[in-house]
Amino acid sequence: MSFADGVRTGRGGAAGAFLAHRTGVAGAVALAVAALVAVLAPLFIPADALDVTRVTAQAWQPPGAGHWLGTDHTGRSVALLMAQGTGTSLFVGLTAAVLSVGIGTFAGVVSGHFGGLLAGALLRVTDFFLVLPALVLAIALSTVLPRGLGTIILAIGLTSWPSTARMVRAQTLTIEARPFVERARALGGGHAHVIGRHVLPSVVPLVLVNATLSVASAIVAESTLAFLGLGDPTRISWGAMLHQAQLHGAVPQRAWWFLLPPGLAIVVVVLAFTLVGRALEAVVTPKR
Amino acid sequence: MRLAGRFGGAALSLLMVAVLGFFLFRVVPGDPVVSMTRGRPVTAEMQAALRAQFGLDRPLHEQFWTYLTSLLRGDLGTSFTFRRPVAEVILDRVGPTVLLVGTATLIAVLLGLWLGVRAAWRRDSAFDRVTTGVSLTLWAVPTFWLGMLLMMVTGDLFPSRGMRDTDTAPDLLSQALDVGHHLVLPSLTLVAVVCAEYALVMRSSLLEEMHAPYLTTARAKGLRDDLVRRRHAVPNAVLPAITLVFLRFGLVVAGAITTETVFSWPGLGLLFHDALTGPDYFLLQGLLVVTAGAVVVMNLLADLLHGVLDPRVGVV
Repeated sequence: MSFADGVRTGRGGAAGAFLAHRTGVAGAVALAVAALVAVLAPLFIPADALDVTRVTAQAWQPPGAGHWLGTDHTGRSVALLMAQGTGTSLFVGLTAAVLSVGIGTFAGVVSGHFGGLLAGALLRVTDFFLVLPALVLAIALSTVLPRGLGTIILAIGLTSWPSTARMVRAQTLTIEARPFVERARALGGGHAHVIGRHVLPSVVPLVLVNATLSVASAIVAESTLAFLGLGDPTRISWGAMLHQAQLHGAVPQRAWWFLLPPGLAIVVVVLAFTLVGRALEAVVTPKR
Repeated sequence: MRLAGRFGGAALSLLMVAVLGFFLFRVVPGDPVVSMTRGRPVTAEMQAALRAQFGLDRPLHEQFWTYLTSLLRGDLGTSFTFRRPVAEVILDRVGPTVLLVGTATLIAVLLGLWLGVRAAWRRDSAFDRVTTGVSLTLWAVPTFWLGMLLMMVTGDLFPSRGMRDTDTAPDLLSQALDVGHHLVLPSLTLVAVVCAEYALVMRSSLLEEMHAPYLTTARAKGLRDDLVRRRHAVPNAVLPAITLVFLRFGLVVAGAITTETVFSWPGLGLLFHDALTGPDYFLLQGLLVVTAGAVVVMNLLADLLHGVLDPRVGVV
């Protein structure tokens, strides 16, 4: 039974099987809320409210009337910063994951399908990057490239693909060893046919699961890079807020209202992606 | 033959690390000297002098050759911010990092493996659910945020900056106690994050062994459940887990960078932070080469260790 069959034979179809995982559903709901906030925030937040030079409120105000999550070191509302930062964190997480999974799938299929020198070299490079600490490479990349959202996405995407490549390669090799692929080849199917009709369809469900988990780690990576001061200085993100909190001494000031919300938001969104990924994994690879 | 292959692979990886370090910091848009001196009052002549000092005015292949040969001699160039050889600057910071990472890894391995074994053996029990839930949550927690949180929660209970106070008595015991006191929060932060990973790895590793026929045999012999676990299941399941501990060394390195930044722990991680805020490209290049090289060596060790521990692999 291939993985694609597994999805279809699940109780009540794939959707039904997913709904049976309560934690996965909870994760999906949390993500829907976060996405809604990300889309609505830029529409409703007046630009003045987040402009350091135009805010009128006092700095380091604890939560209370008017600012229900308090204010930061410049007097901006933490609640509004949180809402505005949602979009950046989600956007970077999703695009970096797409880039990483895209590269990983390409490298995995190529090194699994084509033998010979090229595949060997590609596998060697994959293993090399699999071993290296991705964060260290991402730091080096974002230091040498100009600061910006694109750099962050590139730095995370280019350093986190090897695990996807390994997994896709393994799946490609498994599928290509099966009789129906041999039959397709015997009937004259070329590389394009075998990859497009047999390898990719069996790889896609696994890749989707992997992508969901990749978004989770990409969001953590984004917050880490932003915390180290490597983020886009013109954009608000949860990681950048924590960078400001560290820089302006939120801990000695006991400004818990500036420290807790960004971290909790990261934890909730990352956990949500992880739970959805695990539920999808259970759906895609049913227990034998 | 396999052994030779392992060593050859590691050597090739080290060479690739060196090449990567060179090209990452040379083939980038913009002039490194301009970026490094940004915000400082420098004239064009001073920049040209710096370029000559760092050898940046020579053709790329010549630079690469000089870089490779000096790397083999242990020369990593000169740090722009410290005005000292990069190798010396790095060597000064190795001790604190080894202390922090070593302490944290030791605690995390023991605690993580124990939690993982207990969780897997009683699958779906309350203990298992709590361990898995907490581990998954901790996995989602950014290391640096956990550190800041611990710092705020504990207040003045533990020192939160640096490795020792300046006014501690110079005798060995007071110094050791002082360092230990400073070590509490950073190592706790690192343990929490890394331990979660180890617990999950150990749990799934033991779960894979759970239905192995030899366990049925052991039970059929009349062994107590406890003995089946300790003598039969765990020794087999712990092998892949221990190898993974070495393989995930990169994870610890990444955790050390943010933890040391939060707590101003004077190790390699803080040096990383200093190098990237400079930016000091030569220091950063040296740090990249050294940490990546260390990770490659740890992986080789993991391979060899696995071969020694598990005769079935048959490396040695």
